[in-house]
Amino acid sequence: MPVTAIQNRLDTLFQEKAENILNVYFTAGYPSLNDTLPVLKALEKGGADIIEIGLPYSDPVADGPTIQASNQKALDAGMTMKLLFEQLKDLRNEVSVPVVLMGYFNPVLQFGVERFCQKCAEVGIDGLILPDLPMYEYREFYKPIFQQYGLHNIFLISPQTSEARVREIDENSSGFIYMVSSASITGAKKGITEEQIRYFERINAMNLHNPRLIGFGISDRESFQLASRYAKGAIIGSAFINLLTGSQNLEHDIIQFVKSIKENNK
Amino acid sequence: MNTENIKSSFGVNERGYYGQFGGSFIPEMLYPNVEELRERYLEIIYSPEFQQEYHQLLRDYVGRPTPLYPAKRLSEEFGAQIFLKREDLCHTGAHKVNNTVGQILLAKRLGKHKIIAETGAGQHGVATATVCALMGLECIVYMGSHDMERQKPNVERMRILGAEVRPATSGSQTLKDATNEAMRHWINNPQETHYIIGSVVGPHPYPDMVARLQAIISEEIRWQLKEKTGSELPTHVVACVGGGSNAAGAFYHYLDEPQVKLVAVEAAGKGVSSGQSAATTALGKPGVLHGSQTLLMQTEDGQVVEPYSISAGLDYPGIGPMHAHLFHSKRAQFIAITDADAMDAGIHLARKEGIIPAVESAHALAALKELPLQPSDVVVVNLSGRGDKDLETYIRWGGY
Repeated sequence: MPVTAIQNRLDTLFQEKAENILNVYFTAGYPSLNDTLPVLKALEKGGADIIEIGLPYSDPVADGPTIQASNQKALDAGMTMKLLFEQLKDLRNEVSVPVVLMGYFNPVLQFGVERFCQKCAEVGIDGLILPDLPMYEYREFYKPIFQQYGLHNIFLISPQTSEARVREIDENSSGFIYMVSSASITGAKKGITEEQIRYFERINAMNLHNPRLIGFGISDRESFQLASRYAKGAIIGSAFINLLTGSQNLEHDIIQFVKSIKENNK
Repeated sequence: MNTENIKSSFGVNERGYYGQFGGSFIPEMLYPNVEELRERYLEIIYSPEFQQEYHQLLRDYVGRPTPLYPAKRLSEEFGAQIFLKREDLCHTGAHKVNNTVGQILLAKRLGKHKIIAETGAGQHGVATATVCALMGLECIVYMGSHDMERQKPNVERMRILGAEVRPATSGSQTLKDATNEAMRHWINNPQETHYIIGSVVGPHPYPDMVARLQAIISEEIRWQLKEKTGSELPTHVVACVGGGSNAAGAFYHYLDEPQVKLVAVEAAGKGVSSGQSAATTALGKPGVLHGSQTLLMQTEDGQVVEPYSISAGLDYPGIGPMHAHLFHSKRAQFIAITDADAMDAGIHLARKEGIIPAVESAHALAALKELPLQPSDVVVVNLSGRGDKDLETYIRWGGY
């Protein structure tokens, strides 16, 4: 099925907004199976600039206990890829900010990479973050499919990524680059150290083509603002999942959370 | 050692693929470590200094070569010449130590001071803790908390050897979760740590590296068999497969000898269709787990299914990519053996030959019944481990 050529929302966002871009991650089907769309709507209402939906997986090796537990709970409740695309059927009637899917490769492979990309395009997904789909495999097997459906493929870099590889990743990325703030899994480290700032500055000085968002260890307004000084913005994941876990009033709590992060930002 | 020159059509290509299987599906945070290993493993392993130290340790410490034992009474019973490759006589009780000796020498050459490992039944954990004690390196072993309950003696063995055993409390709390935790640890501690994977699984170059370090098994079988029968080539090599490291080692130097039948034995658990099985080739589909594309037991939605076997060393939801390729290309025959048949075969070996095998290895022995054997056949069964660790399983099973 031909896809209408619309401007990718990530491109528009990064053209229009130069700083303090807030990307919030949550797990599909969490805290309850049918919360996916309500959480998306509340995040947009609160002022999130990008929303990242996690595809639950049984073996999320790059994630810490918080996100692991949310994955497991969503799976136990009956979350599947098929159900997610049903939940997102009316996404673009409800939500206008860019939405990206983050997940491990195996469920995508089983769904069928092309079928997955086609569904993403149909419901209005703008980009994909698949941390265990490496650059070689992406280039060799999947890049044309992603491009055909207008999906940005967002790669990660970490403090250990060599300069040459950062350049290579920059050449093969689009949308933005996900800059992992430290050698860690998600939710593992709190706050930002001097060493991390040197790494942010080192990457800043490389003048990459793609904008960067900093993720891992960003949990509150302070860390968001600090990270945003060294990139276009930052990503909050585990801290937001913790908020969802304890929430009695999702919409209210989500809006308050996002506002508290963005306060005093433009 | 002639391992270096093997250019098998069943070997790995430079990107880490065995046919369609293999590769390196890892998060970027692991890339620098895995890439360093990929660039250096062959150069290090085949350097004369490494080879000398590795072989000296295998001889003086592990106790190699392990015997190739002509099992007279089994041979009479099955009407073929049956040999047992006695990996159960290795120091620490199984073939696992061949790999850990090699990888600890590699880790030292990479300048790593800390070692992590995953373990299911505890055999790889014990083999890792052992070589870490030998080399004075810090050792952390991840083990599913459920497995820690099931395999208490091995937990204590690791602790006596000075290793820290950390429970993996996520998911099903077994081997796959221990592997996840070890990978997370490596992401969090990339600089000084080497991850000793225990089987021919994981991202490239692990499957190939572990296969090469286990290849000593078939290297010895070749010359030992020549001494005993006049030919280096048996008609069959039989080995059990969880992840597949002992099978990889036993098959390695026969991959390009098409007249040698390779028989891989998986755990059927309570029956292949019972819902409680670990027969990956029968139940799995191509998928990605722990860094490689392989055959994988999974739901339609791509979630990994928890396998079952009475043998903790065989209940892994995947198999190494090399074995997936051997299955796919039909180079190896895969047989699934139930708990009951394996336990019977284990007790039978004890009674016939005075050897109590590990329950994993008992699966390989049970496959003898499934093979149409001729008097002229020469069958090598890789007896990968000894049964000491399984005493409680044998006691609970009874029937002796």
